[in-house]
Amino acid sequence: MGAGHGHVLYRESGSPVHRLPPEVKITAMVLFTVAVVATPREAYWAFGGYALLVVAVAALARVGPRWLLGRALIELPFVLFAFALPFLGTGERVGVAGLSLSVDGLHGAFNILAKGTLGVLASLLLAATTTTRDLILGLDRLRCPQILTQIATFMLRYLEVLVGEARRMRLARVSRGDDPRFLWQLRGFAAGVGALFLRAFERGERVYLAMVSRGYTGRMPAVWQGAGAATAGQWAVAATVPAIAASIAAAALVLQ
Amino acid sequence: MHISNGIIDGPVAAIFAAFALAALAFCVLRGRADLDDRLAPMAGLVAAFIFAVQMLNFPIFTAGVSGHLLGGALAALLVGPWVGALCVAVVLVVQALVFGDGGVAMLGLNITNMAILGTAAAYLLIALLLRVLPRTPAGLAVTAFVSALVSVVVASQGFVLQYWLGGTTDLGGNLGGLAGTMAVAHLLIGIGEGLITATTVVTVAKVRPDLVYALRALKKPAVPAPAVPVAGGAR
Repeated sequence: MGAGHGHVLYRESGSPVHRLPPEVKITAMVLFTVAVVATPREAYWAFGGYALLVVAVAALARVGPRWLLGRALIELPFVLFAFALPFLGTGERVGVAGLSLSVDGLHGAFNILAKGTLGVLASLLLAATTTTRDLILGLDRLRCPQILTQIATFMLRYLEVLVGEARRMRLARVSRGDDPRFLWQLRGFAAGVGALFLRAFERGERVYLAMVSRGYTGRMPAVWQGAGAATAGQWAVAATVPAIAASIAAAALVLQ
Repeated sequence: MHISNGIIDGPVAAIFAAFALAALAFCVLRGRADLDDRLAPMAGLVAAFIFAVQMLNFPIFTAGVSGHLLGGALAALLVGPWVGALCVAVVLVVQALVFGDGGVAMLGLNITNMAILGTAAAYLLIALLLRVLPRTPAGLAVTAFVSALVSVVVASQGFVLQYWLGGTTDLGGNLGGLAGTMAVAHLLIGIGEGLITATTVVTVAKVRPDLVYALRALKKPAVPAPAVPVAGGAR
């Protein structure tokens, strides 16, 4: 147990982006995404501009394109909807490779793919440069209610407990003659899901009580809170990304 | 079920963001009173469990939509409606910020569907069914199954409503088709969700009934619930 786990997406590095305080990065990322979504979908050049911005930040953060694009595939199930739109949409239609596609639907599909991908890349850059611990610290500094940061802290902590407990239960099953292969182990897993939950809770409750007995009162120690809070300069540096994005969005809206 | 950036237009997303923010603020106010030494670790575990379970995605290729388990009913049963909605919301926020599951700009829509609509529908049904059904493990199982099933379908129809209000592509007469596809697909997902919710809650209720919020809040047992056990088990 203890800190230092669960940084699945974190890429260890000392780049300027890594060194920025988390609250600054979260704010910049959210504002960037809002600017992207507010852009009219016909302004193709604007999306090229956003992509360049993402590439620049990725280069600054020393996050490689292979890692970034590989992880971005997570988006796929969520944007499948986009691929159906050219067939489902109404209005004017064009023939492409023998298929009759709706123009509005094609625009819609581009809209979802472009905005979705840019959003995913921005999240991945945040995840690659910020540990989960820092992420919660950032949310706390952004005045997120304590009950939410508390739930988030325990969620990330207990994910490890849950995974560890599931591994132990699987090992116990295997050593008693179960032979799980591929999908069939789902059955054994489903039968034990209640037990898994209970075991993980009891372990998690001990973790919690250990924390309480060491002075935990619902917030991480003040040492973490105070040190490294963002300076005005850091806010200004990080603000360049959403500022550029906002000007692109404004230009696209005006030129429309 | 996670709406990614660009599927719904900006103004509608902003309206639902305001709605979600107000609803969450209310949940924070009500949830604070609930969150004691027993509920805090449980809320964390429920959130972790939902987080893990939402990783299982079932793409529905014919319609181009994807669905997954939501966990709203499980949260409502184990930690109550207020903290439960917050748990689901935290999962969605972390997924959006870190994994890019569901767009950050669409968070209000996603929270409204999954955290608020899903949990509210589940808890209303739980409150009703627990009073009507016999107080047996079977009664609890049926309550969990039905409330989970209905909450998933209700949440999916929340998306249909939002698409009707602000979908970026006009589907014309196909909106009914979208509603039907979403309902049928989420009925199937709901059955899976119902089974997982029922198994989990019944197991917990058998061993540690004091941990199930719905049983504490709605049944008023004659014997006071046992105190939190002292740490230091042998395991």
